[in-house]
Amino acid sequence: MAREVLLPRTLDDLWEIFHAEPELHLYAGGTDLLVKLRSQPPLPSGSPSPLVCLERIDGLKGIYEEDGLVCIRACTTHSEIMKDPVIRQHFPVLTKVLSLLGSPHIRNMGTIGGNICTASPAGDTLTPLYTLGASVEARSCDSGRLMPLKSFILGPGSVALQQGEILYGIWIKKDHDFNIHHFEKIGQRKALAIAIASMAALIKLSGEGTIEKIRLAWGSVAPTVAVSHTIEDALTGKPLTENVLRDAMPLVTDALSPIDDVRASAGYRRRVATNLLLRLLQYKDA
Amino acid sequence: MKISFVLNGKKKTTDVEPDMRVIDLLREHLHLTGTKEGCGSGECGACAILVDGESRLSCLMLAAQLEGKKITTIEGLSKGKRLHPVQKAFVENGAVQCGFCTPGMVMTSVDILSRNPDPSRDEIREGISGNLCRCTGYQKIVDAIEYAAKDKNR
Ligand SMILES: Cc1cc2nc3c(=O)[nH]c(=O)nc-3n(C[C@H](O)[C@H](O)[C@H](O)COP(=O)(O)OP(=O)(O)OC[C@H]3O[C@@H](n4cnc5c(N)ncnc54)[C@H](O)[C@@H]3O)c2cc1C
Ligand code: FES
Ligand code: FES
Repeated sequence: MAREVLLPRTLDDLWEIFHAEPELHLYAGGTDLLVKLRSQPPLPSGSPSPLVCLERIDGLKGIYEEDGLVCIRACTTHSEIMKDPVIRQHFPVLTKVLSLLGSPHIRNMGTIGGNICTASPAGDTLTPLYTLGASVEARSCDSGRLMPLKSFILGPGSVALQQGEILYGIWIKKDHDFNIHHFEKIGQRKALAIAIASMAALIKLSGEGTIEKIRLAWGSVAPTVAVSHTIEDALTGKPLTENVLRDAMPLVTDALSPIDDVRASAGYRRRVATNLLLRLLQYKDA
Repeated sequence: MKISFVLNGKKKTTDVEPDMRVIDLLREHLHLTGTKEGCGSGECGACAILVDGESRLSCLMLAAQLEGKKITTIEGLSKGKRLHPVQKAFVENGAVQCGFCTPGMVMTSVDILSRNPDPSRDEIREGISGNLCRCTGYQKIVDAIEYAAKDKNR
């Protein structure tokens, strides 16, 4: 039996659908959901829950600023975010990540909200958003709540959305004093590569080359994004030199808990993710 | 479910199951078999079409999403017997071997050139990075897109 596909145009229409069909399944760009549905056995007959596509809800698209914060609405596509001048200027780490996500077609369709809600250990938007200290806003028909992205991501494939709630947007503080925005992803090729390991870094480097502040996050090497205040503390106040980074590498190795899968072994992941720290040397004389 | 959209310049209303994939709607229901299915999972670009002028993968869209949209498939590019400049460039530069990737490559190239009329070779490579070709080694495809850009600018 065919599944109903609904395309509400406003949030109010969406809430009405939720009211009538609490069991619905949402999608935005469909680049995760439609691949997943196809790999599942056909639905048993009866009346399967409807699919609700969010792509036509204008109120869930676009980027705006409020009180020194930038809000990226959940259904904004990766291509749209990459083009945005505010994002380019203030969060180059995000632009860099998106330019390496999937392919041009995937970026035209896939959304930031979809990437977050998929909550894949390899979800590329998560590491830069962790380093930027992003918050997310969930909304339901009668309320909204804000929480740190870190508490929203519960584990692989699992986020803190309740029945009747959607991800509305991602909030990031516009002012930060990081002058180095770094991201690197290790994959089998440049385009269409699911990360074997990745690392995002934000550094406030002084004119004398001292690390005044640093935020680091690794992807694909733990059930969710790996962060470690121990490493950040160990590097803060030190000069950006090879010896300093090498001294911190054992801490990185300890902070990761990678797995073996079709793309790489746990051992390789741990090694390469640790070595990614050394890439920060390129900013030594920046 | 009845859906209405503009297909290759003509208004079309058709009765389909809303959760049919667009690639199946085009190929099985409307018998437009120019659009190809390589992987069915977003990785090869063979199924690329234009929706409101932008590239989309028809294997990752459901029929209901076409309502009210303007769709262009490979069948809609030529004007009668006159090939679209990108099609002509592919033919003249030997960018077609088995041809399976070609419809997706051509639609993607049209999209690239509409946003960037004078792309560098690197920009072209980046633009087709979501389209796989197992025959040509890409060189001639990049040549063809470069040629089409010059052809248009002439
Ligand atoms: C070929 C290919 C390559 C890819 N490459 C990469 C890559 O390099 N890096 C990477 O990180 N990902 C990659 N992906 C995965 C995917 O494209 C991204 O995760 C994308 O951002 C998902 O967004 P979407 O809108 O398409 O999600 P959808 O498939 O529409 O949704 C995904 C899930 O999120 C839920 N959801 C979506 N929006 C909301 C919302 N607003 N509120 C509540 N729930 C919501 C849906 O219910 C669904 O369960 C790739 C996918 C494909 C097919
Ligand atoms: S068939 Fe759609 S991307 Fe391969
Ligand atoms: S010509 Fe055969 S796949 Fe490209």
